Amino acid sequence: MDPSTGGVRFEHIVKSFGSVKVLDDITLDVPRAMTTCIIGPSGSGKSTLLRCANLLERPEAGRIIVDGITITDPGVNIDAIRARVGMVFQHFHLFGHLSVLDNVALALRKVRRLPRAEAEERAIAKLNDVGLRGLERRRPTDLSGGQQQRVAIARALAMEPAIMLFDEATSALDPELVKGVLAIMRDLAASGMTMLVVTHEMRFAREAAGQVIFMDHGKIIETAPPATLFDHPQSPRLQQFLDQVL
Amino acid sequence: MLKGLLRIQQTFFDLHLILRVMPSLLRVGLPNTFILALLATLIGIVIGLIIAIGLISSRRPLSLLCRFYVDILRGLPHILTIYLIGQGLPLAGLSLFGDDTYAYAALAIGLIEGAYMAEIFRAGLQSVERGQIEAARTLGMSRAQTMLFIVIPQGIRRVLPPLTGQFILVIKGTALVFLLGLTASQRDLFSIAQDSAINNANLSPLTAAGLIYLALTVPMTYAVNAWERRLRLGANPRARTAL
Repeated sequence: MDPSTGGVRFEHIVKSFGSVKVLDDITLDVPRAMTTCIIGPSGSGKSTLLRCANLLERPEAGRIIVDGITITDPGVNIDAIRARVGMVFQHFHLFGHLSVLDNVALALRKVRRLPRAEAEERAIAKLNDVGLRGLERRRPTDLSGGQQQRVAIARALAMEPAIMLFDEATSALDPELVKGVLAIMRDLAASGMTMLVVTHEMRFAREAAGQVIFMDHGKIIETAPPATLFDHPQSPRLQQFLDQVL
Repeated sequence: MLKGLLRIQQTFFDLHLILRVMPSLLRVGLPNTFILALLATLIGIVIGLIIAIGLISSRRPLSLLCRFYVDILRGLPHILTIYLIGQGLPLAGLSLFGDDTYAYAALAIGLIEGAYMAEIFRAGLQSVERGQIEAARTLGMSRAQTMLFIVIPQGIRRVLPPLTGQFILVIKGTALVFLLGLTASQRDLFSIAQDSAINNANLSPLTAAGLIYLALTVPMTYAVNAWERRLRLGANPRARTAL
């Protein structure tokens, strides 16, 4: 069986913005049913790598295989793949004109083609899962940042994705709201979801990740299980980074 | 001095003439002007939205074509476009509406308004945050679905006040259709006033029409301003939960 089935595999990914090479020959396996955390200083290319996993950014070179499908091949129906790869953003990006319920139910109706009643039923169940019972009729702007991010997580989970991508999901939250969102992510990791998580939350990476990736200047510097990576950093660059953030 | 003032009063404010022309202004001119403005606006909205989507398209030939349309129709004097379409189409054998001048007038103004509204819509569509578009795409929605369900509903909502402002301009713009020679029952406010002014060799009927235009446009302008203020305050979450 292809080792990338159910997971994500990046092979020799290169991506530049102008003259800056943000991803420089990245090869990485994100195994299924495991949480992979990417850490590194800002500008190291970690968010760009994550955004390549559903082709929000298209690499100039290399192959990306998602759940057994080579998405970088020409002619691949990327919409169908995206519907199976959930993504949560730093700034939530909820649909401002829709209620909380419709935010979650919209793609179920338009992409999954579920009837409205069924879509809403599933949306309500997902909102319950993230602790937002009773807020279905509210507008996103009436919610706290933490609640908005939980709506965004419910919106992604409602599509029953095979893989979840988190792009600094707690970085825009007030400190007291971070905990609730991390708890949901932790539960999700524990439930066996395949997750690729770009984060500054070192404690989360240590506790929830199966492997941690340290990136700097568009390259992967170290890949290891969290205990090894945090307690026995091999490279001076990682040592220096950990000294700064821990 | 007094004689001069009296002449001005007689030329522009002849009460007797104003009262005489008022009934036909209100009964015929006002509905015709209003319906014409409404029709032209509807045509303008449909064309404007299509052109706006073309303007922001990543397909270069399409966006250039739409840019061309906007530049031409905003660059020409309205009077010239109305002549070209209202007189030109029937002359060229494109008698879409037979000899119904009113319909050509609505089409001509609608095409012009489409160009102005395209720019208003474009600003609205582009004001929708890129992140929401990315979120929709990551959920598997196609470009078209994202446009239809995410961008257009929010983009239009944000430009409703300037769009209404544009409607006020259309009301004034309809005055130009007198050029096309409307039948008696089709005449708008300005045509009726102008005919009456010529027949009586006195400008007071135009003053009467002016009063009606002002009665339409000034309250609407204030209403739009108040609406815009409220939309801005609506960004305050406390104001919204109170609803």
